[in-house]
Amino acid sequence: MATKASRTAARMMISPAVVLLLGWMLVPLSLTIYFSFLRYNLITPGTNPFVGWENYYWFLTDPSFKAAMINTLVLVGGVLLITVVGGILMALLLDQPMWGQGIIRIMVIAPFFVMPTVSGLIWKNMFMNPVNGIFGHIAQGLGVEPISFFSQIPLLSIIFIVSWQWLPFATLILLTALQSLDQEQLEAAEMDGASWISRFFYIMLPHLARSITVVILIQTIFLLSIFAEILVTTNGGPGTSTTNLTYLIYVASLLQFDVGMGSAGGVIAIILANIVAIFLMRMIGKNLDA
Amino acid sequence: MGRIQLSQVSKVFGDVEVIPPLDLDIEDGEFMVFVGPSGCGKSTLLRLIAGLEDVTTGSIVIDGSDATTVPPAKRGLAMVFQSYALYPHMSVRKNIAFPMKMARMPQDEQVRRLEAAAQVLNLTEYLDRRPGQLSGGQRQRVAIGRAIVREPAAFLFDEPLSNLDAALRVGMRLEISELHKRLQTTMVYVTHDQVEAMTMADKIVVLHAGVIEQVGSPLELYRSPQNTFVAGFIGSPKMNFIEGPEAASHDAHTVGIRPEHIDVSSGSGTWTGTVGVSEHLGSDTFFHVTVDELSQLLTVRAGGEVDLHYGDTIHLTPNLDHLHRFDERGLRIS
Repeated sequence: MATKASRTAARMMISPAVVLLLGWMLVPLSLTIYFSFLRYNLITPGTNPFVGWENYYWFLTDPSFKAAMINTLVLVGGVLLITVVGGILMALLLDQPMWGQGIIRIMVIAPFFVMPTVSGLIWKNMFMNPVNGIFGHIAQGLGVEPISFFSQIPLLSIIFIVSWQWLPFATLILLTALQSLDQEQLEAAEMDGASWISRFFYIMLPHLARSITVVILIQTIFLLSIFAEILVTTNGGPGTSTTNLTYLIYVASLLQFDVGMGSAGGVIAIILANIVAIFLMRMIGKNLDA
Repeated sequence: MGRIQLSQVSKVFGDVEVIPPLDLDIEDGEFMVFVGPSGCGKSTLLRLIAGLEDVTTGSIVIDGSDATTVPPAKRGLAMVFQSYALYPHMSVRKNIAFPMKMARMPQDEQVRRLEAAAQVLNLTEYLDRRPGQLSGGQRQRVAIGRAIVREPAAFLFDEPLSNLDAALRVGMRLEISELHKRLQTTMVYVTHDQVEAMTMADKIVVLHAGVIEQVGSPLELYRSPQNTFVAGFIGSPKMNFIEGPEAASHDAHTVGIRPEHIDVSSGSGTWTGTVGVSEHLGSDTFFHVTVDELSQLLTVRAGGEVDLHYGDTIHLTPNLDHLHRFDERGLRIS
């Protein structure tokens, strides 16, 4: 890729892919923006007049919007906290030499392969159901009142389910990072008189910083759009206590058949996601070029 | 103080006995070099002394107190690793100060030692850089600095120069020797390079398959190697070994003669041979000579500017005072 000719050739070669990707992105994006300025409700078909910022106004002033924003942030933050801390601990555990290491590692990844709707249903019916769920049985066995997870602590339950799904991802990335740590560095630290705790905070954690950044970035992208788990468990309720932005857009466009309102919500979600992305990049981006 | 005594120390990994029981006494202030081919257990022995590996049997005594089960940090030893093992996310200053920070040393004492070490190692200008921004030699010096500030009873070096280029290696060799002269601290140095061993050591331990073949000063090993392994390992180029009738005529199974102890002449000599490949080093020239009487290849040394070429016939005379004789088991006959 050094000569002028090879650079030109490279540009020619990648141009079909770039054009295709650009079209793939731009067409839906412009359609969404276009719809967001129309009064476009499927219940009242007919002309779809241009209404300017009206959709945005109603979407932003809807009381459930504020609730959805807070829920989205709590959901993303909570899951990130649990998966990063839990992932580090799991990675430390799995890094220890033990019998059946290969099988255990495969089993640890397993939750990642379960599709969100399935895991949502399994957790809802097998574990968190106050009457038939395992947690309910355990509570009864201990003589404690079973918790009705989805009515008493709905958002926490969702955070828990999503964390269960994403913990393997974080564990896996952090485990490989941990394994790439030069053993001589740990031995040098040991010779230097560092206790296990000091070795963790001074040597391992800084070494993991970059991978933690990657985990946070990738997970944030996916966690902002959590949907299936909410749909199959709480349907956004009770009230709006588990409605996040994605779910609110779904409610607007597919339950209220208001395509214009849904599109306005979508555009707002895009803007918010970008703001979060910029924040994240600023905050932890310097970890990536070190 | 830094006297290290090993008695009946052995190490077994699984079913493999890497180091059969051995005894070794390292005197205070000594520069001891462990040398041997790769896989001879010299690094393992060093790690046993450091405490990074547990001994299978035997005991390690440091300064008169039993350190066999003492954790590495409490043994009062400092180690310089082959890969330097610097902490990449810390500045040079923090790297060097790390052991003092772990020991919760008072701040002013930390600064004093840090500055002294930086002074000695010419690192003062680089204290705020990260290891990644330093050259190989500078990283090596940071690793040594990290060891110095602890003021250890003994330094352990695990092949510290093997990642440096040839010119730098010679320089660092001198620096480490000078450091030893100045600090007068015990140093244990592991290398596979016999030149490093010969130039730096007060005493050399030649290891082969975990067994100590010989312990002695560099010149002792050079003058009277106890067996063919030591004879072949110490000295550069390698000693020539001759077996068969020629050896029998000296009442030995094998005789050894170093390249520098064979006289080269174009006129007459004990043996006649044909010059093969020659290596001109400027100060010396080494010829690989096929000797007719022995029908084998000998390496001989001649002066720097000898006018001999491929295919020339030359005459060789071994200096019989420097002939080494060995029996069937490869042991020296004195």
